[in-house]
Amino acid sequence: MALPTYASPLEKVWHYAYLAICAAIFFFLIAPIVVVIPLSFNAEPYFTFTDKMLSFDPEGYSMRWYRSLLTFGMANPDAPGGLGWWADAWQNAKWVNAAKSSIIIGFFSTILATVLGTLAALGLSRPEMPFRRIIMAVLISPMIVPIIITATGMFFFYSNPCEPLTWIGLNPQCGKLAGTYLGVILAHATLGIPFVIITVTATLIGFDQSLARAAASLGANPRTTFFRITMPLILPGVISGALFAFVTSFDEVVAVLFIAGPDQQTIPRQMWNGIREQISPAILAVATLLVIFSIALLATVEMLRRRSERLRGITPH
Amino acid sequence: MSNALDPHAAIVTEAGGLDPGGPLRTADGQPLTRALARSSRRARRRAFLLVLPLLLFVLLTFLLPIGQMLQRSVKNDGFSANMPQLSAWFHEHPRGTEPDDAAWAALAADLTAAAEARSIGLVGTRVNYDMPGTRSLFTSAGRKARGGIEPPYREAILAMDEKWGDPKLWSVMREASSAYTSNFYLAALDRTRDDDGNITMAPEQQQIYVKLFQRTFWLSLIITFTTFLLGFPIAHLLATLPMRKSNLLMILVLLPFWTSLLVRTTAWMVLLQQQGVVNDILVWLGLIGNDQRLQMIFNQTGTIIAMTHILLPFMILPLYSVMRTINPSYVRAARSLGATSWTAFRRIYFPQTLPGLGAGALLVFILAVGYYITPALVGGSSGQLISNLIAMHMTQTLNWSMAAALAALLLGGVLLLYWVYDRLVGIDNLKLG
Repeated sequence: MALPTYASPLEKVWHYAYLAICAAIFFFLIAPIVVVIPLSFNAEPYFTFTDKMLSFDPEGYSMRWYRSLLTFGMANPDAPGGLGWWADAWQNAKWVNAAKSSIIIGFFSTILATVLGTLAALGLSRPEMPFRRIIMAVLISPMIVPIIITATGMFFFYSNPCEPLTWIGLNPQCGKLAGTYLGVILAHATLGIPFVIITVTATLIGFDQSLARAAASLGANPRTTFFRITMPLILPGVISGALFAFVTSFDEVVAVLFIAGPDQQTIPRQMWNGIREQISPAILAVATLLVIFSIALLATVEMLRRRSERLRGITPH
Repeated sequence: MSNALDPHAAIVTEAGGLDPGGPLRTADGQPLTRALARSSRRARRRAFLLVLPLLLFVLLTFLLPIGQMLQRSVKNDGFSANMPQLSAWFHEHPRGTEPDDAAWAALAADLTAAAEARSIGLVGTRVNYDMPGTRSLFTSAGRKARGGIEPPYREAILAMDEKWGDPKLWSVMREASSAYTSNFYLAALDRTRDDDGNITMAPEQQQIYVKLFQRTFWLSLIITFTTFLLGFPIAHLLATLPMRKSNLLMILVLLPFWTSLLVRTTAWMVLLQQQGVVNDILVWLGLIGNDQRLQMIFNQTGTIIAMTHILLPFMILPLYSVMRTINPSYVRAARSLGATSWTAFRRIYFPQTLPGLGAGALLVFILAVGYYITPALVGGSSGQLISNLIAMHMTQTLNWSMAAALAALLLGGVLLLYWVYDRLVGIDNLKLG
């Protein structure tokens, strides 16, 4: 983005103004995320920098909001520390339980979305796939259809999964999926699938089919070809897709609001409650932890992308 | 088949079989066309079988629920299922028939039965959707009818409440007597039915839905435009910098993209509050007095700022991938032919970015139209979108059919845009980071 030598003075001024505008936009993108980090160490229950914080007085900072993440909901938070205190936190603290729910739901929905999504992406990338365009459109649609509509539909379906059978004249009885882990896992897997499909098909575009043919000509059966040749090459794409699916589940609140029961209070659900009822800097402590989490995820995905490009022989220029 | 000018044709024909005039054959003697058709059929089946499990899964967990929702938007059997005799009377007698003794007897019998089955509340709720304020009429009649109603029924029921004689009520009950109705769609478009069943505009103070659809449309348009204003320079910068530097700066775009939506919304709440960081800085700079702190959140401004921030990466990424492919020599050629830098940008560079701009704008608009969480948290009352009203009907008023009808209208709009997106951009070209 060097300025050409024939640039007029006015163009030079404009060029530097343009760079300043870009810097301001980058600031707009990043500042809101960065600003929650110092505020989460606020010693006072305010959402702004206190005078003590601005003068870097250690008294202005504290870990009290992080501690409150563990103590909130505990049976006996003032008990002397030790194993009993931690056991209490592990069992009763609301945020700890929310984290457990989020991880269980995220893990299983990711597995489901990744396995089904990768298989489908393999089929969709074959040139002979029939009705490719329409099927792709259907499989991507959970990402496009507003989440409130999906959640509304799921609310009706999961409260009475057998209702569609009555349309064809049957009248079976079955239990509810709403308020169960299975229900939330199925819902989140549905929402994560488009991300797996997009990422894995993008990886497969660069996949050299002659490698698979070479394996077959050397006597490998389709299964061996898949696990020994195709899979290792598309693995970075599959893992990126899985990470996308996990983040989708980990950040999802609307479907949880509509179909989850009191046992499936995830972290976003707990944050939602916290923001709507009584917002306290403890929310900022959670936000900080989540920002660190997303930095780690972003780093992983970037690393995988570069690895995948190297494996497929695409070098950055 | 035999082409004298093409030597290969003759060779293939000879190699194909004994009869040079007959069809080409494979090594085991089958006609080649049939063998090819079979093998391609097998390949198609294999590819389809790979996709099938996911297709079934999505059918079950996504398409069926949406179908169930659509059914709910036209079906509400709260009245028809619990008031069978009166519903039957309505079906036998055309609109305009004065309720006769049989009708009053049917009403009395149904009220008694519904009161005993404790389903009178459902009946009242259903009628209440079309005629607000009537739910209590049903529940109180249910309480009084528990011991049974003595004939003459007309006088007995009118003695409970004069309102039972209201022709409007009978017209609404007639509407409700069939399980399938278009009334929820009419209500979602601010229409209602008068006593004769004709479609009219709803009373002025009840016209909220069309306004909200319009507001959703305008706010989404504004947000699309602001993401374009902010996204275009960034995408241009990233596309023209050397790869190493642009990869580094790209992280600044991708980090918000990967950060939790709730975290970003919370951050804006913290920043934009009256006692928040932005107002503090403005006061400190002396731009505003301490008593004139700006109200930047819990209104439309809050929705626009927060959603622009959240949707910005969806504009930058498609723009960036198109701008990367633009050959810089076109602009240089224009400059060498005497164009000013502005003309070169306007006539040469900008038109080439249009595919990326179209893709980004459509994507941002589609996502903005259905946004729920951010407007719910930072929108106040003036920054609410149609999704928030759907959620309100689902969780607070419990008018699920109304929620479903609104959701169906929104879904129709989104699917139309999705179709346009697929035509113009192609879903295959959707990229994530």
